[in-house]
Amino acid sequence: MSGHQTDRPLLQVSNLCVEFRTRDGIARVLDEVSLELQPGQTLGIVGESGCGKSMTALSIMRLIPSPPGQITAGEVRLAGEDLLRFDEQRMRDIRGKDISMIFQEPMTSLNPVFTVGDQIAESLRLHEGLSDKEAAARAVKMLKAVGIPEPQARAREYPHQLSGGMRQRVMIAIALACGPKVIIADEPTTALDVTVQAQIFDLLRDLKERTSTAIILITHDMGAIAEMTDRVTVMYAGRVVEEGPVEAILDAPKHPYTQGLIACVPQLDPNPTAERPPLEEIPGVVPALTRLGKGCAFAPRCKYAFERCDQEAPRRVSVDADHRAACWLLEEGTSA
Amino acid sequence: MFRRNYAAMFGLFLLVLLVLVTLIGPLVYSVDPFEIVWAPLTPPGEEATAPLGTDYLGRDILAGLIHGGVATLAVGLAAALITVVIGLTVGALAGFYLGIVDDILMRVTEFFQVLPALMFAMVLVTLFSSSLVVVAIAIGLVSWPPTARLARAEFLRIRNLEYVSAARSVGAKNTRIIWQVILPNALPPLIVSATLTIGTAILFEAGLSFLGLSDPNTYSWGYMIGSGRDNILDAWWAVTLPGGMIFVTVLAVSLIGDGLNDAFNPKLRER
Amino acid sequence: MSDTSSTRDLLLRIEDLKVHFGGKSWMPGKVSKVVHAVDGVSFEVERGKTFGIVGESGSGKTTTALATVRLAPVTEGRVFLDDLEVSALKGEALRLARKRFQIIFQDPFSSLNPRIRAGQTVREPLDLMEVGAESEREGLVQELFAQVGLRPEQRALFPHQFSGGQRQRIGLARAIATRPELVVCDEPVSALDVAIQAQILNLMRRLQDELGLTYLFISHDLGVVQYICDEIAVMYLGQIVEQADRVSLFVRPQHPYTKALLSAVPSARPGKRAANQAQRIRLEGDPPSPINLPKGCRFAGRCPLAEARCHETPPELKVIETGHKVACHLV
Ligand SMILES: Nc1ncnc2c1ncn2[C@@H]1O[C@H](COP(=O)(O)OP(=O)(O)OP(=O)(O)O)[C@@H](O)[C@H]1O
Ligand SMILES: Nc1ncnc2c1ncn2[C@@H]1O[C@H](COP(=O)(O)OP(=O)(O)OP(=O)(O)O)[C@@H](O)[C@H]1O
Ligand code: SF4
Ligand SMILES: [Mg+2]
Ligand SMILES: [Mg+2]
Repeated sequence: MSGHQTDRPLLQVSNLCVEFRTRDGIARVLDEVSLELQPGQTLGIVGESGCGKSMTALSIMRLIPSPPGQITAGEVRLAGEDLLRFDEQRMRDIRGKDISMIFQEPMTSLNPVFTVGDQIAESLRLHEGLSDKEAAARAVKMLKAVGIPEPQARAREYPHQLSGGMRQRVMIAIALACGPKVIIADEPTTALDVTVQAQIFDLLRDLKERTSTAIILITHDMGAIAEMTDRVTVMYAGRVVEEGPVEAILDAPKHPYTQGLIACVPQLDPNPTAERPPLEEIPGVVPALTRLGKGCAFAPRCKYAFERCDQEAPRRVSVDADHRAACWLLEEGTSA
Repeated sequence: MFRRNYAAMFGLFLLVLLVLVTLIGPLVYSVDPFEIVWAPLTPPGEEATAPLGTDYLGRDILAGLIHGGVATLAVGLAAALITVVIGLTVGALAGFYLGIVDDILMRVTEFFQVLPALMFAMVLVTLFSSSLVVVAIAIGLVSWPPTARLARAEFLRIRNLEYVSAARSVGAKNTRIIWQVILPNALPPLIVSATLTIGTAILFEAGLSFLGLSDPNTYSWGYMIGSGRDNILDAWWAVTLPGGMIFVTVLAVSLIGDGLNDAFNPKLRER
Repeated sequence: MSDTSSTRDLLLRIEDLKVHFGGKSWMPGKVSKVVHAVDGVSFEVERGKTFGIVGESGSGKTTTALATVRLAPVTEGRVFLDDLEVSALKGEALRLARKRFQIIFQDPFSSLNPRIRAGQTVREPLDLMEVGAESEREGLVQELFAQVGLRPEQRALFPHQFSGGQRQRIGLARAIATRPELVVCDEPVSALDVAIQAQILNLMRRLQDELGLTYLFISHDLGVVQYICDEIAVMYLGQIVEQADRVSLFVRPQHPYTKALLSAVPSARPGKRAANQAQRIRLEGDPPSPINLPKGCRFAGRCPLAEARCHETPPELKVIETGHKVACHLV
C-alpha cells in the first residue's frame, strides 16, 4: 500500500508545536511534530498515554481547547493549503467534509437525544446542502455501507439502543458521510472486544480500498498497527522519536523507546511453551511535560543513555530511505 | 484555589463584616430597637438621634439593622442545619441501602417536595407559636427534599465505585462504609448546597415576616420588613434598608457557595 | 501442569455458580427482567497457580470475580476456599474470613478512596482485621510498600499524587496486607499503559513466587492471559465454553468461539498480516442479551458451524482430554 508516491502529500504536518499553559508552567505538548500522509495510505501513531497522540489529531482539526492550549509554530497542509491560516468559518467547512474524526468512546461521542439517522443526515445537510429527505435517504445508505443490518429500522433508533460495536459503526458512517479525504481515528477500537475490533478493522480496510480515503490510526496496540497501517509514527513526550514503514518499525525498530514498547507487550503466541521469561520493562513513567530537560526526553528511562543524551536533544536522522529516528546512538554509529 | 476566586473572597468579606456588625454592633450602638426614640416616619439623614430614620412607631432603624441581624442569621443557620441533617440522613440511607428503604424514603421525600412550601410553613407557624425556633424548624422541614435527593444521588454514584467494594473486602462494616468512606466523598456538593440553603432560609424568614407570621417578640430584619410594609409608600427606608441587609447577606452566602463549588471541583483546581 | 487430579491441592472450588440480577421486587407488580450475568459456572483453582478467565464484555467475568469474594450476591451454587464454604458465610464470620481472600480492581482511579493517604489505605485492612500488634502495623505497612516497589515516604501522599501504575501497586499492597491465600484480580492491568502493564505483571508474578499466592485473573487481553495464567477458562454469556491449561488452549483450541477469539487478535508481525486475515474466523453480529437467552447453545446465533441441534439443546461442558473441557456439540 505504500506505493502511492506522489510529489505532494495529501496531508503534511511540519514542525507543529503546541503549548499549554498550566499551573506548573508552560507544557510543550507537541514539539516539532511532523508527519506525511499520501492518499489511500494508513498512518499509525503509537506511544504511551499522554505523549500527544490525540493532541496531534486535534491540532490537525484545529480543535485544541484554547485557552489554555495554543498552536505556536508549524504548518498543517491539506492538499497544499495551510489549515492554520484559515479562519474559523473555513475550518468548519473542512471539518467533517475534508477531514473527519472518529473518537475512542462510542458511548459519549454520539448525541443521546437524536436518532442515529438524524446524526448522519445532519452532517450531510450542513456540508452538502442536501434536503432533509435526501439526507435521510443517504443516511440509510451510509448505515448499509458500514454493515449495519436493517439500516432502515436502525436509522430511527437512538444511540443507547445500539451495542458498542454498532455505535462505532455509526460513528464511522458519520465520519464517512461527506466522503472525506482524511479520516482520523483516535483509538477507535480500544473500548471494543477483539472480535468486534476485527469487524471494525475489516470495515475500515474495505472502505479505504473502495474510496482511497487516507486514514490516521491512533492506538497503543502494536497488533492494531501491524494489522492496519502502512507507515508508523512513534511519539514520546510530545515528540516524534521514530517513523518509517510498518515492517521496519516492528521488525527492526531503531529507537530504544520503540524497542521497549514492542518488547514489553505480552504478544499472543500461537505456540506457547511451558516456560515464561519475565517481560521486558521500560522502567519509570512518562515525564511531566513542564519539566523536560534540554536532553533526550527518553533519557531518564533509557537503558542505553549516556552523557550526551542528557545534554542535547537528538535530531531525527535517516536510518534508511524512509525510516527516521531521533537517538544519539544512531548518530554515534553504534546502533542498539 | 478558594482564595484566588475574587467573587468568593468578596462574599466572605461581606459575611465577616455582617457577622461583626451583628455581634459587636449591639455593644457599640446599644439603643433598644423596640424603644421609641423620635417622631414616627422620620426619613434618614434628618435627625442625629436616628441617623437612618424611624419606622411607623418612631423606632430607630439603625438600631433595628444592627440588633436584628443576629436573629436573621441564626434562623438561616439553624434552618440550613436542619435541612442538612434530615436531607443527608434520608439521602444517605436511601442511596446506600436501596430496595425497600429507598422506595419508602423517596416516597416520603416526594411527599414533602410536592407540599407548597410557604403554605406548609405558614400552617406550622400558625398551629404552633410563631417563635423563631418554630420558624427555623418550619423552614428546615420544607427545604430538605432537594438536599436528600442530592445526597442520594451522590451515595448512589459513590457506592458503586470500587474503593467502596475495596473497603468492604478488607472488612469494613456498613456503618463505617456509610459514614467514613462514602460520606466524606459525598460532602463537597452537600456543603455547597447547604451554604446556598442559608440564603434561601433567610429569604424564607423574610417572606414569613412580610406576611406577619414571624416572631413578633424578636427583632429581625424580616420583622422590620413585615412591620414596615403598611407604610411602604410613605416610608420606603423602613422596608428597603433591612431588605438591603438581607440582599447583601444572601449575596454573600451565594458567592461563598459558588466559590466552594469551584474549590471542590478538582477539574477547576488542576488548571 | 497437574499430573493426576488426586494430587492436586485445590484452594478454590466453585460449584455451579449462578448470579442473576433483578427479577424480584418487594412491590407487587413491579417485576423487572432477570439478567443472567453468571449462569452455572464451575471450576477449581490449584494452590499457588493462576487461573484465568477471558471473554467478551458482558460475559460475566467481573460478576464471577465479585461473587467469588462475596461482593456480588450469589443466587445459586457454592464457593469453597479449602474446606470453608465462603458462599454460606454471613455477617461477622464473612467479614473475618475476608482476610483469606482479597481483590484487586481494574480502575486504578476509582479503586482508591481519594481522601485517604496511601499508607492509611494499606493499613486499613490490618486495623480492621486486627493483624499483628498495633505497634507493629506501621512497620508492616512499610514492608508492604517496599514489596510492591513504592518508597516508604510515599505513605503520606494522597492517591491523586500517584500515577496509574503506582496506584495499582497500592491496590496490590492493600490486597496482600492480610496475607491472603487467594487474590482475585479483575483486569488489573487493562487500564494501564503498555509499558506500565509489563511492570505490574512482573511484580504480580514476583509476589506470587514470594508469597505463594493463588490468583484468579480476569482479563480480556489474550496476550496477557497467556503470559500470566496456568489454566484458562473462556466465558461466553455467563457460562464457560472451554477450559484448559495454557498450552492446550492456545495450541489446540476446540470451541468455535475460542478459535474465533484467538484468530481475531491481531498479530504484531506485519509480514503475517495477509495470512492472518485470510485465516481469520469472522464472527457476525453481537452476543445476545443476557436477559432473553436463546434456548440452545448460547453461541449458536453467531457460530459459523452451528447445526440444527445447536439451536435446540444446550451443549454440556465435556472433558475431552485430561484438564481440557469444551461445551460444543461438534467436539
Ligand atoms: N487542558 C490541558 N491542559 C494542560 N495539558 C493538557 C491539557 N490537555 C491535555 N494536556 C496534556 O497534553 C499531553 C498530550 O495529551 P494527549 O491527549 O495528546 O495524549 P495521548 O497521547 O492522546 O494519550 P492517551 O493515550 O491517553 O489518549 C498530555 O501530557 C496532557 O497532560
Ligand atoms: N448490578 C448489576 N445489575 C444488573 N445487571 C448487572 C449488574 N452487574 C452486571 N450486570 C450485567 O451482567 C452481565 C455481566 O457483567 P460483567 O460485568 O460480569 O461482565 P464482564 O465480563 O466483566 O464484562 P467487561 O469485560 O465489560 O468488564 C452484563 O450484561 C451486565 O450488564
Ligand atoms: S538519545 Fe540517548 S537517551 Fe535518548 S533514546 Fe537514544 S540512547 Fe536513549
Ligand atoms: Mg488520546
Ligand atoms: Mg468486567
